[in-house]
Amino acid sequence: MEFFHNPNIDFLGKKWYFLAFSLIFSVAGVYSMLFWHHIPYGVDFRGGTLVYVKFSHPPNDNALRAAMDRAGLHHAKIQRYDIPSNNEVLIDLDVQETSEQSLDKGKAQIINTLEKNVPPGKIDLNNAPVLTLKNYLMDKDPMHLGSDAEQKYKEQAQAIVNGRDKVHGGVLTSLEELKGVVDPTVLASLSDGFFLSDFGVRNVEIVGPQVGAQLRKQAILATAYSLAGMLIYLGFRFEWIYGIAAVVTVFHDTLITVGAFSLLDKDISLTVIAAILTLIGYSNNDTIVVFDRIRENIKLMRREKLSDIVNRSINQTLSRTILTAGLTFLTVLALYLFGGEVLRGFSLALVIGILIGTYSSIAIAAPILVAYQDWRVRKGKRPTAMPVRAR
Amino acid sequence: MNKNLLWRLGIIVATLLVFVFGIFGIPQGLSGHALLKAMTDRIHLGLDLRGGTHLILQVQVNDAVNVDAQNAVEVLKEQLNKHKISYADISQPDPQNQPDHVVLKGIPPEGHKDLVDIVSERLPEYNLSSEAGNAYTLSMKPQMLTELKNKAVSQAIETIRNRIDQLGVSEPTIQEHGLGQYQILVQLPDVDDPGRVKDIMQSTAMLEIKQVIGGPYPSEQAALQDKGGVLPPDAILLPGHGAPGAPPDQEAWYLVSRVSAVRGKDLRDAQPSTDQNGQPSVHFTLTGEGGQRFYAFTSAHVDDRLGVVLDNKVQEVANIKEPIRDTGEISGGSMTQQQAKDLSMILRSGALPAGIKYLEERTVGPSLGADSIRHGVTAAIIGMLAVLIFMLIYYRAAGINADVALLLNLIILLGFMGYFEAVLTLSGIAGVILTVGMGVDSNVLIFERIREELRNGKTPPSAVDQGFSHAWITIVDTHVTTIVSAAILFIFGTGPVKGFAVTLTFGLLANLFTAVFVSRAIFDWVLSRKQRGEALSI
Repeated sequence: MEFFHNPNIDFLGKKWYFLAFSLIFSVAGVYSMLFWHHIPYGVDFRGGTLVYVKFSHPPNDNALRAAMDRAGLHHAKIQRYDIPSNNEVLIDLDVQETSEQSLDKGKAQIINTLEKNVPPGKIDLNNAPVLTLKNYLMDKDPMHLGSDAEQKYKEQAQAIVNGRDKVHGGVLTSLEELKGVVDPTVLASLSDGFFLSDFGVRNVEIVGPQVGAQLRKQAILATAYSLAGMLIYLGFRFEWIYGIAAVVTVFHDTLITVGAFSLLDKDISLTVIAAILTLIGYSNNDTIVVFDRIRENIKLMRREKLSDIVNRSINQTLSRTILTAGLTFLTVLALYLFGGEVLRGFSLALVIGILIGTYSSIAIAAPILVAYQDWRVRKGKRPTAMPVRAR
Repeated sequence: MNKNLLWRLGIIVATLLVFVFGIFGIPQGLSGHALLKAMTDRIHLGLDLRGGTHLILQVQVNDAVNVDAQNAVEVLKEQLNKHKISYADISQPDPQNQPDHVVLKGIPPEGHKDLVDIVSERLPEYNLSSEAGNAYTLSMKPQMLTELKNKAVSQAIETIRNRIDQLGVSEPTIQEHGLGQYQILVQLPDVDDPGRVKDIMQSTAMLEIKQVIGGPYPSEQAALQDKGGVLPPDAILLPGHGAPGAPPDQEAWYLVSRVSAVRGKDLRDAQPSTDQNGQPSVHFTLTGEGGQRFYAFTSAHVDDRLGVVLDNKVQEVANIKEPIRDTGEISGGSMTQQQAKDLSMILRSGALPAGIKYLEERTVGPSLGADSIRHGVTAAIIGMLAVLIFMLIYYRAAGINADVALLLNLIILLGFMGYFEAVLTLSGIAGVILTVGMGVDSNVLIFERIREELRNGKTPPSAVDQGFSHAWITIVDTHVTTIVSAAILFIFGTGPVKGFAVTLTFGLLANLFTAVFVSRAIFDWVLSRKQRGEALSI
């Protein structure tokens, strides 16, 4: 099977279309970053409190919002999380409501607000940690194990928590659901001290302002170091102009990817930055394949114009450029579609980045080489400014 | 089959065995369950997959500097008195921002030489500089200051580790967090109740026994009024629990001596116990040296009162009826049994050299972890199958070659992780998936080149040879760029992101071996079985 049979497309002839395409996307992204959604920092970078709550029934967002407002959390953002049938809600407090003096105050306030109609003297089983359960069981001693029952009751408490979290997805609606998981006497004793609320906390992320600022700085530094690393390596392996062309191309990819996150108003989290750093390395791959071929062809076709050599090289490597990117894209797409909500931002960055990266290695990197060559010729310097260094 | 090829197949089989061992070790059995257990014994799941708590702590190192500077103030006062040099004032002008600065005022000119001697002998870690008007400034030498701060961090790590170990948390990570200054990263797998653990870690557990000079007073003002508006220079006011029988929320202030008879480091042991009223309490014993000091103190103060002070709060006030040698009790307040147990554990683990503050807290519930594993594995299987099937359709027989190489690549990657006891996080799983997608790129580069050479009329053996040698350089270049950015990610990233960088790097390194060496060996083996001139299925 073969997708491309001796393609012969004049890519360089279309450089103005490419330039227009890239400009539209870059400018739209930059415009959004500056004037529209700005850079949608995730909690890692802006600081704040995120509490992921799963309900046993479809939650009423407006009622939740009103309840948070009554509790004094006036800026709490309530969003549905993941697929609707999951009944999961993300409650988001901004950094102003996350004080470094008592970092988890916001979280405690949220949980207190959600805990309503608490029967007096009872504990919420859906949000009880293992230790609370163990202490309760040791106190009640339903299995009549006597004083040295700690290990046994710890196991029972762990079994209750596992049954709740791993089997029933974090929220129990009835104590009957624990049948068969724990000792019947333990199960019978639970109703004396516990009740079941309609929610369970699945995940909490609290980032203080100091860490947020620190990570922001580091993310920018890491991106800059990555770009510099590419420039140095490619400059060393090829010629400086190749390195510069590759880095400009990758920068273009990064800009458009970040711009896309801003346009879509999707949070940029730490894992998104991880994806972008990976893209900085990976986007270069296609560019390197084309550059390698250009270098090889320069040796073979000494009399031809550089633009012809570049065009020929792109066409010769077109099938592998598309195939390699396509296969990676396939795996990234699987990640985006099936990898779950936690990885959604990460895989979205890769999906966008690989598309843009492949396009740009043909549409941006190669034209830069030719433009540089033309510029040198116009300046009256050596016309064969694409030296061949055999390594 | 020629000898060279046999050798190469031998190397490949040996590598396979070594890395399969890396994944499973020696499993208990060959059932699916036993294999899975053997694998998870070697490759640990990260917090985001098994659930747990991740914390970043700031050590307030200036606390430790303050303690040292306060000590310097005491030493100076004592030594100046001893040398009969008068002074107007010795104090820290700005303990908040310049905790190591001590200013001495009103030192007569003839005392200059003695002062210089005192500082160089007793306080060698400080620099002395003279200022206008008989004043001097003492400040810590920069190198000493850094050393002191670093020591505070490493001591804090040690103390926190002691406490966490006693809580019975399995496989905790407690280490300096390289991203910030004087920060500590704590990861506690399976801890679903960070509140209690955090309180235990944060407790400075600074235990002191001091003489109680006055109190309880209902407020600070009342204490001041009682002393005529000025506190005695060697005493301080501390909050505490009210007298027995008083309402629990009533304020109580005590005037206690500035110096402590006993400090936390004099403590030998602390155990939960019950006081004479049957309430939970903590019983402690002192070391030999501490006991001697305590005995001297109590002998000199029979019929006076002593106070047990924990973290600058008076916990217990008692009359000294007779000299006490080496035991004591902390009760007061309304401690629960759990609190008494925790407090005795904290005291045993020693005091923190400086206060800590929480900067970041993440708790992943086990239910989310279980979901993440399911999603990650589904995505990995689907992504991998898509790639494997595509290669078979597009390259036919050579596709089998690529698929074998790819599977071997995965085995080596997992084996690597087993050997290095790497932690598998959700983004690590993403790294595995990406390794599949990026790893197969190498095969594509080689195969496309072979096809090109075949089109140009080369014979299959020479096309394979040319394909590999031309694609090799390109593959190295592409891998280096990706690994460089993964390395930067590893340096800058934390927790989950690091896991991703590690798997991706390992995966791509393994890919150099599988996509080039293994794949080439398979090609050579296939070619060795073909007749001269027979076509290659690619």
